[in-house]
Amino acid sequence: MNFFYFSLLRAFLLCLLFTGGVWSHAVHAITPEILKTLSTGDNSERIAAIDALVSTADVDALPILQALLDGTLHVVPGGEKVVILDKDGAHDALTKQVIDPIPAGLEKITINNRVRRILDSALAALKLSFPDPRIRFAAAEQLQDQASEDFQPLIEAALKKEQDSDVRAALSLAKAGIHLKNTDAALRLEAVRVLARSSRESTKAALLALIEKDTSGNYPEPDPAVRAEIKRSLAEIDSRLSTAEYIGRVFSGISLGSVLLLAALGLAITYGLMGVINMAHGELLMIGAYTTYMVQVLFKSYWPEIFDAYLLVALPAAFIVSALVGIAMERSVIRYLYGRPLETLLATWGISLILIQTVRTIFGAQNVEVVNPAWMSGGFALVSNLVLPYNRIAIIVFSMIVLVLIWVLLNRTRLGLFVRAVTQNRTMADCAGVPTRKVDMWAFGLGSGVAGLGGCALSQIGNVGPDLGQSYIVDSFMVVVLGGVGQIAGTVFAALGLGVINKFLEPYAGAVLAKIFILVFIIIVIQKRPQGLFALKGRTVEN
Amino acid sequence: MTQYFSNLYGARGWVALGLFGLLFVIVIPALNLFLPESSVLRVPDYALSLIGKIMCYAIVAMAMDLIWGYAGILSLGHGLFFALGGYACGMYLMRMIGTEGEYGSTLPDFMVFLDWKELPWYWQGTDMFLYAMLLVVLVPGLLAFIFGYFAFRSRIKGVYFSIITQALTFAFMLLFFRNETGFGGNNGFTDFKRILGYSLTDPATRAGLFIATAIFLMAALLMCRFIVVSKLGRVLTAIRDAESRLMFCGYNPLHYKLFAWTFSAVLCGIAGALYVPQVGIINPSEMSPANSIEIAIWAAVGGRGTLVGPLLGAGLVNGAKSWFTAAFPEYWLFFLGFIFIIVTLFLPQGVIGLLKRFKKT
Repeated sequence: MNFFYFSLLRAFLLCLLFTGGVWSHAVHAITPEILKTLSTGDNSERIAAIDALVSTADVDALPILQALLDGTLHVVPGGEKVVILDKDGAHDALTKQVIDPIPAGLEKITINNRVRRILDSALAALKLSFPDPRIRFAAAEQLQDQASEDFQPLIEAALKKEQDSDVRAALSLAKAGIHLKNTDAALRLEAVRVLARSSRESTKAALLALIEKDTSGNYPEPDPAVRAEIKRSLAEIDSRLSTAEYIGRVFSGISLGSVLLLAALGLAITYGLMGVINMAHGELLMIGAYTTYMVQVLFKSYWPEIFDAYLLVALPAAFIVSALVGIAMERSVIRYLYGRPLETLLATWGISLILIQTVRTIFGAQNVEVVNPAWMSGGFALVSNLVLPYNRIAIIVFSMIVLVLIWVLLNRTRLGLFVRAVTQNRTMADCAGVPTRKVDMWAFGLGSGVAGLGGCALSQIGNVGPDLGQSYIVDSFMVVVLGGVGQIAGTVFAALGLGVINKFLEPYAGAVLAKIFILVFIIIVIQKRPQGLFALKGRTVEN
Repeated sequence: MTQYFSNLYGARGWVALGLFGLLFVIVIPALNLFLPESSVLRVPDYALSLIGKIMCYAIVAMAMDLIWGYAGILSLGHGLFFALGGYACGMYLMRMIGTEGEYGSTLPDFMVFLDWKELPWYWQGTDMFLYAMLLVVLVPGLLAFIFGYFAFRSRIKGVYFSIITQALTFAFMLLFFRNETGFGGNNGFTDFKRILGYSLTDPATRAGLFIATAIFLMAALLMCRFIVVSKLGRVLTAIRDAESRLMFCGYNPLHYKLFAWTFSAVLCGIAGALYVPQVGIINPSEMSPANSIEIAIWAAVGGRGTLVGPLLGAGLVNGAKSWFTAAFPEYWLFFLGFIFIIVTLFLPQGVIGLLKRFKKT
């Protein structure tokens, strides 16, 4: 029915879309003739050329049309060649070959508003006809934001052909968004019902605007039945949005918790084993992060083709470098301070100052840039307003792997047996022939190495600078204090718990007050359980 | 009575104290005030304010020694008490600017700037000197008392306690950095004009503050000495050396620790209040965990458990700091880091211990 209302041009465009054999294979190819018409023809000819490009359903048509829209499409004098000129230089629109030097006398192809409008829907149509459902989905999402009647035939046509359920859902939402402005109350009612399935903030705002009185006291939505339905739909959207927000907070809490876990695991091992607080632990994180940076720089200059794999080298490198620094610390300073934990604290603080200043002297006081591997950028969209970044997911997974490895190491190896023995009772272990001093050294190296791994992980989500360690050290101490001495389980629960509590308090209290609340919380917990949540059971008395 | 005084400090100690008083209360301020600029003997203004500053630090170092050297409790939060005293005094100085600030308002400039309409309740009455000085004592004292009560009651000690005090000062630093908490945010309090009606730029006022600091330093030394030679001091030492044994003897360490801890915090607060008018600024960076750890090293360098040693240590480290940061700013952290390591590894008794060893041989 509605088809009658559309201009001839639109019908033509649609015909092309459907007769053009859309998503299985390209019938037409992009020819130099089309491009020449596009660049040198008048506006009507240009529109025909755009339609011709759409009908190719060719992936390569997309950058050309996009460049036309962005104003980066140029033509050489005479119209023989169409060139895309952007910040990376010039390349041929047809062959995609780089043209160097940039040809002289390039002329920008300018378009008027009429062409621009056509171009918008042409781009959407082209994307909707792509074989890749992700591109179709992105196009449908984009159409939801535009909600212009111009797209209605396009959407309906696409809905008829679409098989993918996600894309269908997005398209029906887009259609409903357009119907919301229809004069027919029944259509609006139907549209509002459909929109209840949306989880977009923008849809919510659009619906809210319809049931708010304007200055003259009238509702933008005249029909009370539709208004009631809007309220119902809004409630549904709200509950979905708040669920998404809730999940998002748990996720970011766990993500923060796993960062804390990586930072605190090594600390918990050395603290449990030797009863010393290593104030330079944060700097071991920093060293791990800088090692990652160095490996990344090496890969960039020597093996750029396998750049994405640099993490595979950076992880062991960060572990080894930090472990070596840790062992050097233990051998040169800490072992002489055995039994004097407060002095150890001060000496390690001194070491941390020296390490910070050394890194500052070598790399400068500015932050250095660590580039994520390509597979880590972007995110996984759970629903439209909740995107879980891949690098955060990677860190959660990574910290779980590290956790399992440490558990295996402590519970299934000889070194782990020794470490546990010394943690429980140093003197007895010594009597039974455990080389306690060697165990100290290796355990300290292990704890430091884990800190290095943590630094490598941190370099993927935050800034890398000489002060990196300082910003995590207080938090990781809190984790150890709360979790109890030398207890892996305690550390895990404390880290994840503190992370999640932190993220839940933040929206209500702000980041700073959240920190203060947590401190108060820890002090209260310690009143009840002075040795941390998961203290070792035993009857030994210190002194 | 005489025996009591000689117990406090032997005859030689009293002479040394008298000499110190003569030098710092009379000679140095006089050399600054009454000699012409051209004179070789004149103590320059910057030296006067530097020494004044270091004397404030020395008080803090001694307070640290009382709690660490005698009771064996390493606080990594003494910078917080120092800064709290400083803030209380700083607010009085802010109020004394009156309407001469940039915005000509009776409110401090930063509050006008951040759109506060009136003073928050906790700053009410700070224009009265005596009330502000009461805050200088009460705020750090109360905070220390409450925090110490809960911490010592649950027998938190050793590195555990140190770490929690560090978290405490860290949390307060974050709180004071915020603009909306009414503590001046990043910039803190500055641009002071006068104290008790005397201009702070006037050399006589500065010399007066210097003398007050020196007198308080000596008074604090005598008070601490009084504590450590008393029976209370013996109990504190026992807590340091064998707390469990002391408990089995029937003592409750809570009261002793709490007293020493609170007293130490109050000393820090007063030192902060003396520091702010001399330096002319107080901001949240004073509460940074790094500052508080530095206080511990002043005490360690001088020699723990001696009271006099930390005074010496604060002077040495801060003297070195002002020399280094002027001459080789990039090497200061290296130097400080090595001090931390060398003192803990090789000089557990500090400089005083070194001197004693020389005397014996």
